[in-house]
This record gives sequence, C-alpha cells and structure tokens, in this order.
Amino acid sequence: MFRGIIDLKSLWPIAAIFIVLLILPPILPRFYTYILALIFVTSLLAMSLNLVLGHGMIFQFHHGVFYGVGAYTAALMLAKSSLPMWVGFVAGPLMAAVVGLIIGWFCVRLTRLYFGMLQISLGSLIWAIVFRWYSFTGGDDGIHGIPMPPLISSLNNAYYFILIILVICLVALYLILKSPFGSTLEAIRDNPQRCEAVGVNVRRHQLMAIVISTFFAGIAGVLFVVLERSVFPDLLFWVLSLEIFIMCLLGGWFTFAGPILGAAIMVALRTFIGIFTEYWTLILGVILILLIFFLPEGVMGYFLEGFKPHAKEVAERRGE
Amino acid sequence: MEFGLAALASQLVVGLSRAMILFIVCAGLSFVLGVLRVPNVAHGSLYMIGAFSAYGIAMRLFGGSSAGFWLALILAPFVVALVSLIAERALFCHLYEREHLMLLLFTFALMLIFGDLVKIIWGAEYRSVSPPALLRGSVSMFGASIPRYNLFLLIIGPLVAIGLWLFTNKTKIGKISRAAAVDREMVSVIGINVSWVFAAAFVIGCYLAGLGGALVAPTVSVTLGMDHTIIIEAFLIVTIGGLGNMWGALVGSLIFGVTHSFGVLLWPQFAIVFPYAAVVIVLFLRPRGLLKSVW
Repeated sequence: MFRGIIDLKSLWPIAAIFIVLLILPPILPRFYTYILALIFVTSLLAMSLNLVLGHGMIFQFHHGVFYGVGAYTAALMLAKSSLPMWVGFVAGPLMAAVVGLIIGWFCVRLTRLYFGMLQISLGSLIWAIVFRWYSFTGGDDGIHGIPMPPLISSLNNAYYFILIILVICLVALYLILKSPFGSTLEAIRDNPQRCEAVGVNVRRHQLMAIVISTFFAGIAGVLFVVLERSVFPDLLFWVLSLEIFIMCLLGGWFTFAGPILGAAIMVALRTFIGIFTEYWTLILGVILILLIFFLPEGVMGYFLEGFKPHAKEVAERRGE
Repeated sequence: MEFGLAALASQLVVGLSRAMILFIVCAGLSFVLGVLRVPNVAHGSLYMIGAFSAYGIAMRLFGGSSAGFWLALILAPFVVALVSLIAERALFCHLYEREHLMLLLFTFALMLIFGDLVKIIWGAEYRSVSPPALLRGSVSMFGASIPRYNLFLLIIGPLVAIGLWLFTNKTKIGKISRAAAVDREMVSVIGINVSWVFAAAFVIGCYLAGLGGALVAPTVSVTLGMDHTIIIEAFLIVTIGGLGNMWGALVGSLIFGVTHSFGVLLWPQFAIVFPYAAVVIVLFLRPRGLLKSVW
C-alpha cells in the first residue's frame, strides 16, 4: 500500500535524522533534550494547523484553542480523576476533536477572513471560560505538578515517548494528505467553485479536515502536558494561535515539512536569544523582518525551489 | 440578582465610555484594513505606545499637572503617528506587492519589536496617569456617581466620529483613500501616487490607535500586555461591524462595550464571556458584518 506513496530514496535522510534524534538524549545536556522535545511538540502543533491552512486554505486563526483543550482535558483527567491514566491521554485528542467539530460546524459556513474571525470569537469564549473558572481549571494560575505514569516520568523517557508519537503522527498526516481525501482537500484549496461543480461537498470535506487537524492538535496538547506537567490559559490565548500561524508561514506552508522547520526556528530563536537577553522578542521581530525581505517563499520554500512555481500559482489564484 | 437603576446607569456609562475608546482604536484599524487591506496586528502595540507616551509626557515631563495631561493628549498620538510613519516608509512600503499573509507576518514582527521597545523605554512596571483637575472626581446622576472622566470620553468619542466623517467625506486625501479602498488600480491609473495614499492612511489609522491609548491611560493601569487584549477585541469589532466601515466600527464597539459592562452586572466572574458571545451571535446571523464591508 505504501508503494508509490513513499519514495524510498527520499526516506534515507529522514531515517538518518530519526536515528540521530534517537541517540541524542543520553549525550545531550538535559536542557537541550528538553528544547528538542519542546520543538517536537510545537512541530506537531504546527503540522496539524498546516493540514487545514496550507493544504486546505482554511484560515484556522485560533488553532491554539484545540491544543489547549487537549492539554487541559488530559491534565484535568490526570490530576483530578481516579480513572486509569491512559484514559486522560486518549480523552485529550478526542475532546479537542469534539470541540473542533462544534466550532468547525459553525465556522465552515463562512469563508476566509470571516471564518477566521468567527473562530477567534468562539475560541476566545473557551479561553475566557478556562481563564475565569477558578474552581475547575485553576483560572489564570493553571494546573501544576500533574502526575505522570512512571514509564514516561523521566525527561529522557518523555523525550522518546514524544518523538515516537510525533513520528507516528507525521506518517499519519502524510498518508492522509496522499489519500483521495487529501487530494480533494487540495483541489478545494485551489478551486472551490470547480470542486462544488463536480459534486464535491466542500463544506463537509473542510469540516472533516478541521476535525482531523484539531485531533492532532489535541495530541500535541497531551504531549505538552507530558513534557511540562502543567497547563495554563495562555495555551488557549490567541497570541499562541498567531504564533503557530506564523510558524507555518515562516517554514513554508505549501510544503509538507515546512511547519516543522518554522516551529524549530521559533522555539530555538526564543530559547537561545532568551538566554542572552531579556529582549528576545525584539530580536525575533528583527529576524522575522529579515526573513520576510530575503526569503519570501518561507525558509523551506527557499530550499525547495521546485515548490516555488506552485506556491506562486496558488498565491496568484488567491489574489483574484 | 437585584440591581437598581443606579447600578444600571453607572455600568451603562462605563460600558459606553469603554466603547468610545474601542471605537477610536477600531476606526483606525478599520481604516487601515479598508485602504491597505492589511490586518495590522501591530495596531494594539501602537495603542500601547500611545498610552505609555501619554504617561511619559504627563507624568514624567510635567509631573502629573493638568497642563501636562492636555499636552500629552495632543502630543502622544503624534508620537505614535511618527513611529508608524517611520515603520511604513522604511519597511512596510516595500512589501505592498507581497501576499497578504506575508504582510500579516510583517505586522506580527512589528508587534514583537514594539512590545520590547516599550519594555526597554518604560520598563515593565504598572504605570498610572492622573486625569486633569477638571476631570477628576465624579458627578451624581440617576442616583449613581459617575466619574467625570467617563463623561469626557462620551463627548470625545462622537467628536472623533464626526471628525473622521468630515475627513473621509470632505477632504481630498480622505476621498482619495476611500477610492483607493474600493479600486486601487483605478486610483493609480488616474495619476495618484498610491504609495503615499497608503502611507497617509496607515499613519492616520495609527494616529487613532495612539489617541485611543492616550485617552485610555487615566482609566486603566498602563502596562505591557495591554496591546494583546485590545487588538483581539478590535479585530472582532471591526469584523462584526463590517470590514473597513467606520460606522460599523462604532456599532461594533457599542455592542462590545455595553455587553461587557452588563456582563459585569449579571455575572461578574464571567463578564468577559459576554462580549465574545455577542460577537458569535452577530457573526452567525450576519456573517459579513452588520454594515456594508468594503472588502
């Protein structure tokens, strides 16, 4: 079934990176292991957004909400219920997908910017509830010291757990994009009217893409809890959503792996500039502006020249 | 849940005066959105710069005197306008040909930079600005005591609306920018330098953000992070009002401000939920906003 979908030759560098990532934790200082794990979590989050953004041209402006819902669901289950721990891990993504279904159901009636704005208002509702409901969600303090199963309680084990889940999710996302569903989604992105004319139910496909993407965002949220053992309302705040959006644009949203690169750049810049100066956002802003001026197609787009014509073509069509 | 006329009246005034601030900020955002077609994420940061500049001028330079406040109210928006003019001419104007999402990315970068510049210049402490002697204290109306400053805001808001209406309908540059909002190619064909029209529109929009910031300074504690709260509210207001429509910004601001203040009366803990719920309802009933959008 994978033949024709996955090119074996291009698999080698990916396998090499995977092996390097597998042997790194015992060698690296703890801090770097943590940063790598954080990059993995953020990558999955950005990838999940790009399924709808880059491949579906759906302006999911408040993606952070689903990440936060996944994280909060898992955290509440782990910290406040006596259910087996795996229930929390499963409930996180499912809850995110349910919220994605509800919000998506309202939003797919609108297009583009209006879609995004309705989503921001619905998402802000959820944020406001989480932010103020002190007795249940801990309000603006969040929840800290969430218990973890012993198997993944050490940092290195958490790292491996996150890495393996990330790889599984990336393969799943890749297969979804290469499936007939993925092709239909990209066809809708390129020309919604024509798709409607040939009998594709545009809204249902978009809604399904949103549910899938929010499910993966929920997984990212659970992984965040595994890594940090705490949750706080900033996970659902729109600033984070905007950052994820920026990661996709920065890495190159017309490429499959671009968002990973965007996430890695953002997390790494923030962490390493943060070590040297308190004013890291200033430097991040300057670097972003330099990138906009000198790498207009996104970082990944710059390296993959082959994608350039396609990206431009789509951009032109959008600009109509 | 019992509340008398007094509580109702005082909350209404608080909501309306908040709506006036929101309107001034949103009118600027909407103007930029209409003419340049750019969702300026840095608009909230300019509002914050306006508030901090007002603090710097009124409290630092003039030690909190009344004259200092009035001077700050006049000068702070110009500081913001100057900052935006520099950003526009140095960087932004080279990007207009790019994709819109890249422009969004650019304004996000500006937001990051402005946020830290404010932190470098004014520090991370909470600041407060005292209103001038004339506007201190409160008057009693309907059995409620209403701060004079809020009444002042209720006067300023409509004045700004009238001024903006006169500007966009009666002046040449206003008319050109409205034309550019509808059909920018046509405007450039008849020999108008669209780049400068954009610069003017951007600076005017940012001036309004600065004015909103300077006006809000005496009513809140001026602090980092006020940019994040305002910008999301502003975007939602502009959307429910109709993108690029100034009167839509006014209607949206009134809805947002008043639902919030009544939320405080009804269920204080979840007061911030009410305006968002109002936005959801409006967008659900009228997806393209209440008034006509220029997009």
